[in-house]
Amino acid sequence: MQLKQLANISAALAAASCAVLGQDAQAGTVLDDWQFNSAILLYNETDRVSAGEAILSARGDFGDDKYLNLGLVVDALTGASATGAVAQPGVQCFTRPSGRGSYEVASGDTPLDDTFHDTRVQLDASWEQPLAPNWRLTAGGHLSKEYDYLSMGVNSILARDFNQKNTTVSVGLSYSHDTIKPEGGIAFAYAPMLLRTDYADDDSYQAAFNATRDRADDTKDTVDMLLGLTQVINRDWLMQFNYSLSMADGYMTDPFKLVSVVNSNGEVQQNLYESRPDKRTKHSVYWQNKLHLGGTYLDASYRYMWDDWELKSHTADVKWRFPVSEQWYVEPQLRYYQQSAAEFYLPFLQQSDSLPQYASADYRIGKMSTYTLGAKFGTKLAAGNELSFRIALYQQNPEQDGADAPGVLANVDLYEKVTAVMAQVSYSF
Amino acid sequence: MRITKLQGCAALVLVLSQVTACSSLGVKPWERDVLAKEEMALNAAPLDNRLDDHIYFSKEGSSGGRSFAGGGCGCN
Repeated sequence: MQLKQLANISAALAAASCAVLGQDAQAGTVLDDWQFNSAILLYNETDRVSAGEAILSARGDFGDDKYLNLGLVVDALTGASATGAVAQPGVQCFTRPSGRGSYEVASGDTPLDDTFHDTRVQLDASWEQPLAPNWRLTAGGHLSKEYDYLSMGVNSILARDFNQKNTTVSVGLSYSHDTIKPEGGIAFAYAPMLLRTDYADDDSYQAAFNATRDRADDTKDTVDMLLGLTQVINRDWLMQFNYSLSMADGYMTDPFKLVSVVNSNGEVQQNLYESRPDKRTKHSVYWQNKLHLGGTYLDASYRYMWDDWELKSHTADVKWRFPVSEQWYVEPQLRYYQQSAAEFYLPFLQQSDSLPQYASADYRIGKMSTYTLGAKFGTKLAAGNELSFRIALYQQNPEQDGADAPGVLANVDLYEKVTAVMAQVSYSF
Repeated sequence: MRITKLQGCAALVLVLSQVTACSSLGVKPWERDVLAKEEMALNAAPLDNRLDDHIYFSKEGSSGGRSFAGGGCGCN
């Protein structure tokens, strides 16, 4: 009896060890079905924001053309961000958006809030599979969290191949729900930035500050629709054409941005928190070409975007990959971007004018052109792995749009250029 | 102005639909050697594009085009 039990136990152990070994062998196979991409980016603006961003993405092949895509993004930002207030010939004092603490800006300098820092973690996942011959469905979602911001979203793309897979038509839909909860709450539109020094004690300052705050948090809902057409032109030429519609509803004011109110001599009388519309509808058309030219690979795209904030933009992006040896390639990159100002963009408000319904002095929605000049160097390693390095210079050139600078504002830089350097290392395995 | 844009879009779609209807466009399945290379993928460097989109989303007034434009962060 005991012998029989022992025999049963040893048989069970053998089966278990086989199972474990089998699983080990299987684990190796499973990992072989996964492709990983990783990248680290460092972004540094002269005297302003510095950011680091790390991405790991994984794509699992589940057979029968079924794939699972997983992504993890971690980024950290620190440094100084333009507040929207104008530079002045004298020193200016500002209160931080949280209402706690203050900072001074030197004469002639563009006001920057230098305590800006945040860390963000984003997770995303998507599943793609064929639905029927020539039909393909991708469905996914994302979750992004930073200290004062939460974004959750779902998306789906349905694609249909025609003409021996030379033509693909796709339809995509995405919905995201964002919640912002800035430190110190959300100010009323055009609430004044108060200074502690104007109050006798902390309590009276705090009571006045609290009276400028409307609510603790707010939300934004965004629905995006994408229509895509991909066409193989010939053996060396692939083309894509997209139309996108994006409708956002909710809080789109930047709770950290100010607009200066100036007198007829350009001297700041007061700084107010900005106010933007709570609806925005954006349209864009995007046209991309992939060309194989004498052993080189050209990726050229153009985007035209327009929205009901009256912001219009043109973007041209060219990447051209040249093989320089069996393993190495070099890819010069050039991007040019040009936008018109949103209709409510104003670099400052005049004291003599009544307040408009909306106003923002955020240069990012003002008239501006930017260019990016970069190069990527990559090498193929053993087992299909790839290592690449990318370096780029990003230049923003904000421009004057109509408003003449009165008095002392004529002697300060209202449209300061911003230069950034990006360095990136990527590894695929 | 908007009608002009819509007309422009419609014209472009029409041109492209004509282009796709043309029988000389495209390749046979055995002619996909170059198109099958990863360098020829529309999204050949997905992480580069993702990082770029994030930077430009936070630094400029436009987003999307290649893919969805929607939220994601409160980037400054």
